[in-house]
Amino acid sequence: MATQSNRLPGGGEIDRGKPLTFRFDDKTYTGFQGDTLASALLANNVKLVGRSFKYHRPRGVFSAGPEEPNALVHLRSGDRQEPNTRATMIELYDGLIAESQNRGKSLRNDPQRINNLFKAFLPAGFYYKTFMGPFRNTRLWMFIEGFIRKSAGMGAASGLPDPDHYDQMSRHCEILVIGGGPAGLMAAKSAAANGARVILVDDRADPGGQLRYEQYEIDGKKGLDWINETVAGLEAMDNVFILRRTTAFGYYDHNFIGCVERVCDHLPEPEGNKPRQRVWNLQAGHVVLATGSHEQPMVFGNNDLPGIMLAGAVRTYVNQYGVVPGKRAVVFTSCDDAYRTAIALHDAGTTVVALVDTRKLDSSYAQQLLDRKIRIINDSAIVSAQGNADGVTSVEVHSLSGGGAQRLDCDLVAMSNGWAPALHLFSQSGGKTAWDADRNIFVPGDSKQAECSVGAANGNFSLKTCLEEGSAAGAMAASSTGFNTAVQAVPAVSEIHESAYEPLWECPDPAKGHPKKFVDHQDDVAVSDIQLAYREGYISVEHLKRYTTLGMGTDQGKTSNVPGLAIMAEARGCSIPEAGHTTFRPPYTPVSMGALGGAETGEHYMPIRRTAIDSWHEEQGCKWIDAGIWRRPRYYPQSGETIRDAFIRETGMTRGSVGMCDVTTLGKIDLQGPDTAEFLERIYINHWMKLPVGKARYGMMLREDGIAYDDGVTSRMSENHFVMTTTTANAVKVMANLEFYLQVIWPELRVQVTSVTEQWSAIAVAGPNSRKVIQKIVDIDVSNEAFPFMGASGCVAAGIPGCRLFRISFSGELAFEINVPCDYARYVCEKIYEAGREFDIVPYGTETLGNMRIEKGHVAGPELDGRTTADDLGLGMMMSKKKEFVGKRLAYRDSMTGENRKKFVGFVPADGKTPLKAGAQIVVNENAAPPVEMIGHVTSTGYCVEHDHPIGLGLIRGGLDAWKDRVVYMSYPLRNIIVPMKVVSPVFVDPEGERLHG
Amino acid sequence: MIRINCPWCGERNMVEFTYGGDANNVYPGLSEETSEKQYFEYTYLRDNPCGPHLEYWHHVNGCRQWIKVKRDTLTHEVIATVPADKPVGEKE
Repeated sequence: MATQSNRLPGGGEIDRGKPLTFRFDDKTYTGFQGDTLASALLANNVKLVGRSFKYHRPRGVFSAGPEEPNALVHLRSGDRQEPNTRATMIELYDGLIAESQNRGKSLRNDPQRINNLFKAFLPAGFYYKTFMGPFRNTRLWMFIEGFIRKSAGMGAASGLPDPDHYDQMSRHCEILVIGGGPAGLMAAKSAAANGARVILVDDRADPGGQLRYEQYEIDGKKGLDWINETVAGLEAMDNVFILRRTTAFGYYDHNFIGCVERVCDHLPEPEGNKPRQRVWNLQAGHVVLATGSHEQPMVFGNNDLPGIMLAGAVRTYVNQYGVVPGKRAVVFTSCDDAYRTAIALHDAGTTVVALVDTRKLDSSYAQQLLDRKIRIINDSAIVSAQGNADGVTSVEVHSLSGGGAQRLDCDLVAMSNGWAPALHLFSQSGGKTAWDADRNIFVPGDSKQAECSVGAANGNFSLKTCLEEGSAAGAMAASSTGFNTAVQAVPAVSEIHESAYEPLWECPDPAKGHPKKFVDHQDDVAVSDIQLAYREGYISVEHLKRYTTLGMGTDQGKTSNVPGLAIMAEARGCSIPEAGHTTFRPPYTPVSMGALGGAETGEHYMPIRRTAIDSWHEEQGCKWIDAGIWRRPRYYPQSGETIRDAFIRETGMTRGSVGMCDVTTLGKIDLQGPDTAEFLERIYINHWMKLPVGKARYGMMLREDGIAYDDGVTSRMSENHFVMTTTTANAVKVMANLEFYLQVIWPELRVQVTSVTEQWSAIAVAGPNSRKVIQKIVDIDVSNEAFPFMGASGCVAAGIPGCRLFRISFSGELAFEINVPCDYARYVCEKIYEAGREFDIVPYGTETLGNMRIEKGHVAGPELDGRTTADDLGLGMMMSKKKEFVGKRLAYRDSMTGENRKKFVGFVPADGKTPLKAGAQIVVNENAAPPVEMIGHVTSTGYCVEHDHPIGLGLIRGGLDAWKDRVVYMSYPLRNIIVPMKVVSPVFVDPEGERLHG
Repeated sequence: MIRINCPWCGERNMVEFTYGGDANNVYPGLSEETSEKQYFEYTYLRDNPCGPHLEYWHHVNGCRQWIKVKRDTLTHEVIATVPADKPVGEKE
């Protein structure tokens, strides 16, 4: 087992009393409680952690936070394997298993590192260009493309079902503080003290931000002690809620913030019943953005070698984790910040070979370095680094004023090109960023939503300003949400006033050679790629991004967008704000699909809507089908039956004797009030005023544009009480529509509508023996004389009072529909089945229901397709000439009438055998060459049991008038099927309607 | 995620509502005097403003009342809400 050779004997926030064992690739290492995977790897002097996207160059840990572009690993194994996790954000636990990505069998001897030798042939736009060259669309190219896809890439998903569960929660507050650094903590403290409900979100195990790795004193105490006190104080308050290990990933409208909490990611597997991750949907009166900033890298030759890291990250590893990532360090900077890294490294015992400063000025920290005998090389830059997969070995330094080249041996480069405020959430909120020319950074401009930025996120990096801005923002936010406005006193801090930052966006080339200067480490985008994009005309930053993939990785360019656009601005000869930056889009860091899905997976993906008779169908052995979210019996197979066998048997037995079907899913709307008949008169195409009590009537509604909308039977239960049925599919829409007409258009109508679909179960009993069965069940006389076709009556059914009976038929047979309060539905269903046993009653499902309506030529969903008019469907006669109704006028438009409309007809295959296909087109000529004129299409197909042949319904131009008894062709070119068929009346059984009325 | 102040229920998340279209659109009325052109315009013609817009929303997972919402289509700011049969301030 390797030892932690880079670990300091003391210091840092790790617990040396709690060693943890972990595995990276094929080796086992130890780390300590409090480590991240990255800090533990560095403690064990593991420099090579991955291979780059395109060239498979060796890469090491680059940062210490969410911006990490390089150290992406497969975390865990088996079904818990997670790709592309950032080693800098993974808290170490005992037994952790991680593997490097985008490599061959071995990370060190990755065969694809050969790509690096061909880098001249793999420039920006390489992939696009291959689509256009002489090899495009060739087999050779398709063959090669497979290899390219395989060699360029990231981690792989496990391909196994995720064993863990995820959760979603919502919470509201007056003030949401995002970021638990000094500014955020101060804002939370200030807001909470004024009584507002505060949520503080921080992406680490514990808040503190920079104070966890900087060596400041606050109020005469160590920074860390001040944090612990402040956090403890906040936690003790009832109005404060702290979310740890939580990343705010998206800022949406109305101060809605999406966050993901990594509840159990720091454990081998979730403990107890906890979810692995939880998405928080937070909505706040005011948002304080204390999101901090990201350090920007230097762009010089071979700046991607392992051992070249951000200076702030190096300081973090030394101070927070007690790890020195190298023995001999060169610090390279354009700002004062990195001087503190030099001091931290020196004080930890590392040799700091030199600090290379691009500026001519003397830093405020210069004296501290001189005291430590650290050499400062001003007005100079690293122009290239040398090294191998084991890391950097030396750097070449040039004076920026010319000459003065020198080589410095080192195994660690800590670089800083200043800090860029993390504007992601601000920008997502709709706020516009502004360029601060004095400080050379983009800062938040005008706000669009109720939010403000504080501290480093606002471009103010000094600790004192962070605390002051936090305190003021917290008080202001409290005041703006209706609370007091007291400002918390800002504690005194020890801090040096830093001298100005002077960025150097691109270092000069070395005297010899042009080593690649990487801008986007994750996507292998170098300065030369940006220059190529410029030469080829992709000069807008948005084009630059898409052409070179700059900033398109999982890190979304947190350390590459600013240098990239600055280099493009240089090439264009324009200023940085003129070049602008690309749009910040959610998510800030990657969010797992599992977390977004939450608990809505598997059987919970959609609720199952069951009728009250569901369990009975199950016992009868039905096969189910989804109808929206309802589940309905499709057919009831007997042993060995196919679906076709089953529906033909069910149809035959129903038409031969009696069948029963659960039709609960039809929409049922209760309408009451003195103006109900008038209301129905307006929304249906036919008449309702004179419908007698105790009678049902078929009705059709149109949309405002005159297209057929929905149909169903509506019955008059008493003078002012009607019960409407709608199709299953449109039940919800029709209800909302009726409410719209009553509430918005005709509020003067005294009608109350209530959806009662759930309250009533409905069972259809159909067939020549249905009357005999029903008479055994209900207490009313159901003879043809007493209860003729379209009768509607209250009744007692199987001893259950308050039921309703309708003599309506969808099958064309003598039929009844019985409505039962749903609590008694299963009981009544069983009684009907018992009563029908002597007649061999058969339960039938949607397949038979559909087949019988096709045999009878009733229209349904496939015909009510949003393009047909009532007249097209053969129901034009129903449209009243004597009244106005919804959709009437537009239904009579020229384009909606006339001979060329496609009209409803029936089809029979000419050979009487070949099944028809719904959706197939209808053509006139069997052998016509394309393009073939299509004169209609088949909408529904079934099998006429009585006449023993396949049938179809459909729409054909001109309808029966033009085509009756003529032969047309059903064309299904995808399968090369063409079937001659005869156009017939759509009513295949009992065309006179004798059975209905019998 | 927009929040809408239902005049009956108070402020609620938009997931409780469905959108119902342009509320500046005045129903021509079911009458023989109404021309086909009026119905046509009611059914098909809409303005597409950038800025404040009056629209219908249905509190479908709440009180089931249709309401009028004055919303800024650019910023999603909800400026005012009233019951659907009441006017919102001055004419839009």
